[in-house]
Amino acid sequence: MQRRIADAFAKAKAENRGAFVAYLTMGCPTLAASEKAVDDIIAQGADIIELGVPFSDPFADGGVIRSAAYEALKQGVSLKAVLAAAKRLRAKHPETGFVIFSYYNPIFSMGPNAFAGAAADAGIDAVLCVDLPLEERGELVEALNPHGVSYVPLIAPNTPIERVKASEEGLENSFLYVITVKGTTGERKALPEDLATRLDAIRSVARLPVAAGFGISTRAQADEVCRHADGYVVGTALVKCLVEGRPPCLG
Amino acid sequence: MKTHYGAYGGQYVAETLMAPLKELEAAYEAAKADPDFMREFGEILRDYVGRETPITVARRLSEHLGGATIVLKREDLNHTGAHKVNNTIGQALLARRMGKKRLIAETGAGMHGVATATVAALLGMPCEVYMGAIDVERQSPNVERMKMLGAKVHAVTEGSATLKDAMNEALRDWVTNCDDTFYVIGTVAGPAPYPEMVRDFQSVIGREARRQCLEKFGRLPDEAIACVGGGSNAMGLFAGFIDDASVKLVGVEAGGKGISTGEHAASINGGRLGVLHGAKTMLLQTGDGNIIDTYSVSAGLDYPGVGPEHCHLHDTGRAEYTVITDDEAIAAFDALCRYEGIIPALESSHALAEAIKRAPGLPKNAILLVNLSGRGDKDMENARRYKDAKKNS
Repeated sequence: MQRRIADAFAKAKAENRGAFVAYLTMGCPTLAASEKAVDDIIAQGADIIELGVPFSDPFADGGVIRSAAYEALKQGVSLKAVLAAAKRLRAKHPETGFVIFSYYNPIFSMGPNAFAGAAADAGIDAVLCVDLPLEERGELVEALNPHGVSYVPLIAPNTPIERVKASEEGLENSFLYVITVKGTTGERKALPEDLATRLDAIRSVARLPVAAGFGISTRAQADEVCRHADGYVVGTALVKCLVEGRPPCLG
Repeated sequence: MKTHYGAYGGQYVAETLMAPLKELEAAYEAAKADPDFMREFGEILRDYVGRETPITVARRLSEHLGGATIVLKREDLNHTGAHKVNNTIGQALLARRMGKKRLIAETGAGMHGVATATVAALLGMPCEVYMGAIDVERQSPNVERMKMLGAKVHAVTEGSATLKDAMNEALRDWVTNCDDTFYVIGTVAGPAPYPEMVRDFQSVIGREARRQCLEKFGRLPDEAIACVGGGSNAMGLFAGFIDDASVKLVGVEAGGKGISTGEHAASINGGRLGVLHGAKTMLLQTGDGNIIDTYSVSAGLDYPGVGPEHCHLHDTGRAEYTVITDDEAIAAFDALCRYEGIIPALESSHALAEAIKRAPGLPKNAILLVNLSGRGDKDMENARRYKDAKKNS
């Protein structure tokens, strides 16, 4: 079985750097442009790509990613279309980790089992659902397991440490996505002061690698975070580049 | 605490909201068991809201229809003009007890927003209300009321610019400010414990109505009928009769221009199982799992989901769920104005329309209890415009 996510973190560690996890809303401005952007970001050194599935009601997202989702929906981009794009991308990028990043309803609507099969067929390594906490993820994780597709848990600023441990239980070839701030996705001028302490605490108990996301938009912020984490996630800053017609890159 | 109702309900929220939900669950359990909390809640309902609300026999309307007796539970007579305030008082007292400093709410027709702004003023708490921009326009009197009461109203222009988008924005506020902010959800939807908590706070409707029917008629009603958007007034009414097998429970969804047109807000009758705003429930959605814009002449029923417990009651057959179109609701609105001198909310007019449909086929001694969940002052302009448009078409 492929272990691209675990391998990506191991490779980054061996190179004494944090793994670069990049998020893109697929379909904004067009699906073809998103696929090209994935190529570009991988060329820039991204280790893992989160393929964002547009959803009509993105209640956990900030303005930039919401606008991108609405734009993608106008283009008619659905979960199916994102999986088809993933399959094309997989053929070009055999080693990059691919994560489907979605709200649960598009996945539930397709049916967890049908989705799991399609995700495996597209070469997806793991799935992250914004609105599927530990209490509710069983239905999806059980569907993903037989297909060798993993799940990425979110860890919030107010997630107790015991819950961190419960969140990674049973998961392989994944990472803990640590949300840096309470709030929606989007750029922040400064990351919270207690972030380093929290990341250290999580890492001291975590079996899976730890990547921090939400609000990271500059190289300096990424470097700062990686002193206390195994990787970093950049989303809004990249989506903004695409919306503005620039090549995706960190500020 | 119960988090699921059969296949429905749950806590489908961002991880950041799990801790606040657990905090809320614990606080609500403790408050429910605290006689002082329940006493204060009851006192405010009595002395401030004006409970209990009466039941009124719609005598002329019933005679005109020539069948069952239609009886109205007068939630329109509550302070603020709808049942919504029962719930906002409960939640705001809980917020104060939890040490929260700020109330936020979503609103569709504006009644829940007004009820939240009202209790915020009563308890001296700042309040911000999210309302779809389309609703801001079609329910402008309620926007003025909220502002007058000191609340800040945010018009949400995204998506379909109605209730679901207002709820999205309220959730974004809550996930950002959950340490000091209490999210007052207006209906029996959302993640657990909201469906149960809101039902409990609204159950005063059904408890009163049951006792009042026994006092007035010496027996229970044959049917208890209420409109269902998210479904809080219906759950409140049903709660009083759920164990009375002889009482039919009837929820009435907004059929808009008719289910077959696709322009409606009937989630149970026209939707498919899905996950939105924290719960697994029946949803109006596309084949790809995106949420569809709903339509109803009544802003308060214009929501693509429905409370999870209603879906469960539908599955078990304990309650039945029907559909009333805009035309039928408007006709019922007119009928109540003309026959009884009561201007009902367009939401409640859906429940009334169902009773008007059923009454002629039933014997005179049959009792149809209709929850008149709100008054219609806010709807007069809409009703007039709707009728003008019909005349001209």
